[in-house]
Amino acid sequence: MNYNWNWHIFFEPNPTGAGTYLDMLVSGLLLTIKTALLAWIIALVFGTIIGILRSLPSKTASWVGFAYVEFFRNMPLLVQLFLWFFVLPELLPRAAGLWMKQLPNAPFWTAAIGVGLFMSARVAVQLAAGIASLPRGQKQAATALGLTTGQGYRYVLLPIAFRIILPPLTSEFLNTIKNTSVAITIGLIELTGQARAMQEFSFQVFEAFTAATVMYLAINIVVVTGMRLLERSLAIPGYIAGK
Amino acid sequence: MFDNLDFDVIRRSLPYLFLDGMSFTLMLTGLSALGGLVFGTLIALMRLSSYRLLGRIAGLYVDFMRSLPLVLVIFWFYFLVPYIGQWLTGASRPIRVGAFTSSLVTFIMFEAAYFSEIMRAGIQSISKGQPAAASALGLTYSQSMRYIVLPQAFRNMLPVLLTQTIVLFQDTSLVYVLSIPDFLGAASKVAQRDGRLVEMYLFAAAVYFAISCVASYGVRRLQARIAIVR
Repeated sequence: MNYNWNWHIFFEPNPTGAGTYLDMLVSGLLLTIKTALLAWIIALVFGTIIGILRSLPSKTASWVGFAYVEFFRNMPLLVQLFLWFFVLPELLPRAAGLWMKQLPNAPFWTAAIGVGLFMSARVAVQLAAGIASLPRGQKQAATALGLTTGQGYRYVLLPIAFRIILPPLTSEFLNTIKNTSVAITIGLIELTGQARAMQEFSFQVFEAFTAATVMYLAINIVVVTGMRLLERSLAIPGYIAGK
Repeated sequence: MFDNLDFDVIRRSLPYLFLDGMSFTLMLTGLSALGGLVFGTLIALMRLSSYRLLGRIAGLYVDFMRSLPLVLVIFWFYFLVPYIGQWLTGASRPIRVGAFTSSLVTFIMFEAAYFSEIMRAGIQSISKGQPAAASALGLTYSQSMRYIVLPQAFRNMLPVLLTQTIVLFQDTSLVYVLSIPDFLGAASKVAQRDGRLVEMYLFAAAVYFAISCVASYGVRRLQARIAIVR
């Protein structure tokens, strides 16, 4: 293989003049984490609301939940980001559109909101399945105790449903982190973007991608370990994963 | 709000969008799904084999692929495939690889990891009595896999495999990062050439939406039909 390996490249100054190539990649890593966290918060909030809607007996509520999920699940994430980034500002009233276009860090906010909403549909499906998997008696007992529907969800159904779906939520969180890399197409220079930039500046393709790969693996390990600890600390003794 | 939009640009570019763009997307989706299924099944068999080492290797491959973002994997293979080609053919320089081949290799290798998990679940869902009966009849391991276990596993998992293929269909839009004219790439080319981003992206979104909706409706119907059989 006639490829010139140069692992010292990471400690050489990068062309932006601010630090080494390694600094570039680390700043990309931090941006990936920041975007993913904000996206995950959005996904959890909207996913919970829609998941609850889907589990309600009301026909309208479950139809709204169904339409929301179908809307976000049947378009590629890339297309959704393009819609938020290029199309939405044009369709809004002039002033609002201009404001959106001039927003500092527009790619960051678009990526976080776009990925967040995209993932919220998946969270909603998981949560609705989690609620549906609870024995019917739970809801009936809550009603029998005089709890309102809202209280029943807040104190009885959701705490258990979230514990049940914790393992699939872990993989959805990992998907959120991975999906932030799609935002490279709207100009967010996160980890993959920085690896690509490093490759273009230094021509050390494989070193750059290897470093990005290692960083993604590291994030994965941290998240999986953290979620496993969370699962253990939230487990109810004698129930599901509890011992 | 739609007054200064020109939806005629869509009509004018329809042949390019569908004959070039969509045929690329569909071809890539179909071949990647087939290749991914073949390799995925092999990986699943490796994972379930009684040779510990084979199972380890397959497990590592799956975990590795599944923890990387597709965009990064696309970049990896885009630069790696010429070197792999050089290594395979023994050429003196990295060979030139077309956009289609490069993205096909990427998607097959990437999807194999996901399809293998589905096939593994499918194989494990077959009751132990089936392979036991097969070996009692004197079938070898490969015969029992080929004639008994895999056909049933495939049949049980067909809805899941098809759902994964719909995901794959949407994911092929990511070849955009290599400026390859798949359906979205073609729409984006026209959009930038004519300055019609809004119209073209709305149209692309509608087409993806329609195809995915119809396909997932079909999968739900199929699932209902299969469920009756058992």
